[in-house]
Amino acid sequence: MTTADSQSSEQEQRREGAVGPEGWEPKIVAFVCNWCTYAGADLAGTSRLQYQPNVRIIKLPCTGRIDPVFIVRAYEGGADGVLVSGCHPGDCHYSSGNYHARRRFALFRKLMEFVGVDLDRLQFSWVSAAEGAKWVDVINDVTNRVRALGPFTEYQALSRWWKEVPDEQAIEQRA
Amino acid sequence: MARIGVFVCHCGKNIGATVDCERVAGEAAKIPGVVHSENYLYMCSDPGQLKIKDAIRDKKLDGVVVAACSPHMHERTFRRAVAEAGLNPYLAEMSNVREHCSWVHQDIEDGTAKAIDLVRVMVEKVKLNQPLTPIRVPVTKRALVIGGGVAGIQAALDIANGERDVILLERDPSIGGHMSQLSETFPTLDCSQCILTPKMVEVASHPRITLLTYSELEEVDGYVGNFQVKIRKKARSVDMDVCTGCGVCMEKCPVKKIPSEFNVGLSMRPAIYTPFPQAVPNVPVIDKENCIYYIKGKCKVCEKFCGPGAIRFDQEDEIVTYDVGAIVVATGYSLYSVGEKPPGSTIAGYGEYGYGNIPDVIDALQFERLASASGPTEGHMRRPSDGAEPKTVAFIQCVGSRCPEKGITYCSKICCMYTVKHAMLYKHKVHDGDAYIFYMDIRSGGKNYEEFVRRAIEEDGVVYLRGRVSRLYRKDGKVIVRGADTLSGTQVEIAADMVVTANATLAQPDSQDVAQKIGIAYDKYGFFSEKHPKLAPVETNTAGVFLAGACQAPKDIPEAVAQASGAAAKVLEMFAVDELEREPTIAVVNEDTCVACFFCKRICPYSAVEEKEIKDRDGNLIKLVSHVNEGLCQGCGLCVVACPSKSIELLGFTDEQLFAEINALAE
Repeated sequence: MTTADSQSSEQEQRREGAVGPEGWEPKIVAFVCNWCTYAGADLAGTSRLQYQPNVRIIKLPCTGRIDPVFIVRAYEGGADGVLVSGCHPGDCHYSSGNYHARRRFALFRKLMEFVGVDLDRLQFSWVSAAEGAKWVDVINDVTNRVRALGPFTEYQALSRWWKEVPDEQAIEQRA
Repeated sequence: MARIGVFVCHCGKNIGATVDCERVAGEAAKIPGVVHSENYLYMCSDPGQLKIKDAIRDKKLDGVVVAACSPHMHERTFRRAVAEAGLNPYLAEMSNVREHCSWVHQDIEDGTAKAIDLVRVMVEKVKLNQPLTPIRVPVTKRALVIGGGVAGIQAALDIANGERDVILLERDPSIGGHMSQLSETFPTLDCSQCILTPKMVEVASHPRITLLTYSELEEVDGYVGNFQVKIRKKARSVDMDVCTGCGVCMEKCPVKKIPSEFNVGLSMRPAIYTPFPQAVPNVPVIDKENCIYYIKGKCKVCEKFCGPGAIRFDQEDEIVTYDVGAIVVATGYSLYSVGEKPPGSTIAGYGEYGYGNIPDVIDALQFERLASASGPTEGHMRRPSDGAEPKTVAFIQCVGSRCPEKGITYCSKICCMYTVKHAMLYKHKVHDGDAYIFYMDIRSGGKNYEEFVRRAIEEDGVVYLRGRVSRLYRKDGKVIVRGADTLSGTQVEIAADMVVTANATLAQPDSQDVAQKIGIAYDKYGFFSEKHPKLAPVETNTAGVFLAGACQAPKDIPEAVAQASGAAAKVLEMFAVDELEREPTIAVVNEDTCVACFFCKRICPYSAVEEKEIKDRDGNLIKLVSHVNEGLCQGCGLCVVACPSKSIELLGFTDEQLFAEINALAE
């Protein structure tokens, strides 16, 4: 089998079971810490491990720096899914940043669930600097799950409407 | 309006093969604020850097984005280049289009699209970058070396000979580590203790080295150049200043039946003991768990016989604190056990080898003690069960190693060579004996290593059998070894008098605790992670912390010593300057909006947030605000998110910058 063949079959596989329109590919934003997951993703690259190309990384010093508003903004900007990844519990470069992040996101996930967001669109993982292969698994897993959900049209429609109709009257009308 | 320059690197074919760099540069040029965009084969080369410098001057750039490898790789290179062209180095950022893009995606469309996005993200960030100045911090020119094996000893001596103070920490009663247990060393058959003990003595007598044995690391605070370490000096129950090391206490101690750790259970030791006769320091400790006085409240025989009166039953653990500028971690390895799976371990034992319960099946370290002239048999080959001289010995390699079924996939590296040595030593001691080695591959890379293997086979008649041993069992005082010889395609059964297993080299069982105390990374086996596997094998991701020896990966003695000297050179390099530069990406407080709730103070892991009084010109207090001590802040950004009034920014990672990055990905 040539490379081109294997690629096209991979693309077919991707389409299989996909909910979105033809040619739609999920867009995923990953917020990662500099010390563990960013370095783990570097290791995946250095080891030439292959994974799906749907994730765009935004680097922060620590997962503790991530404001839940960033995640909301990513959805507003058209992200179909968000991944947050940092150091394993106990391994934080800043000793306790990931614990704060974990608490914050446990709460934030509850809020998202309450609002009606499928939690597959908001995922968390611990990937250390030595876990290049795990990073690959995480990315493929997240991408497949978001792909199975289809485009995040509900949120995107809402945020478009919000941008277009900013006055209070319209909000009341919609309510 | 911003004037940003974008520079897209091909990295030869590393990026160019799966990312259309020209198209990336073309798309970058269309981003508002980008006034210069180009692509080049090797951006990090001198001509590549020159292109950046020229563009900064010609186009009056106020921001630079280099789309190339990981910033962990070349951020410093490009920031330096930018600074040389007169621009503040913190106005340059990198888009990682190699590790995160070209190397992990094969499709050129996917790769190019992603690369364009990654460049866009950084362009929007750089537009909001502020010029920053590195923070200068003083350096405490004293090093802590953790672990007194050969790596720690070498590192401590090298630093001390470089005229810097060293604290050498060892948790056992004596320094020496595993090397002091070995009989001879490959490939020269140097006597291990004979070459190590002079170094041990040098450590003890060196005016620059403070030796803390029987002591453990409690806590590490601070940062590069300015660590505070807390060390627990366990109570020896013996006054080190008074004890003369005569050894009478050990002779008189009525408890005699404690398996010796140093002899790996092949001999017994008393409750007051030094691990071995050449111990440094030569001061015994009382093992409180086995001492009759500590258990029953009476005995004190050692105290009665101690001439100088050095016994101190009331001695207590002592916590000492030191300021150090650098830390060398040299905590060594432990040996895999074929016994049943210990609690919490991911590694299974060997049921087929009787879980270590068959007499005369010993591990490699026990064999070292048997072969050692200072060992329990004074170097005579005597098997443990009945003291008889074994006439047939089978050696089994890769016990645990290269065995995914048992949970270890890696090669322990040193076993091939020490097993050759074992077989050779055995043949030198028992001329009419037979030595069989079961092996998977003979890995003898190293100076004179292959020649050593040939010598064992050709001159000493050691028999190599390529295959695994499937079962060991006891029969008529022998150990029956059932295995395969895959080269001849036959089953092999050997009735051995003794079997030696070359067990896998493991990380220390508590290596994760140590890593978490110091704040360094470790892999899934518990070995500590170096900063870069090729180009920074001695450094860790935590500035000021270096690695030496087998705590990083299985290593033989020359490798451990070389790495230790490397770590020492890194420490001396740090200590050559009076001030270090630190990243200026720290938190700053907006005093106008701060409401003094001090959430930030509570959340800060470094106690970097202080309460600051703002007063009017008459000295009356107007209000309290938070203030970030820039010497202590490490720039994690926890406080930024915690602040309810949004009064803290993390320089280099401001909310505005991050929103700009997120928005850059919006449709």
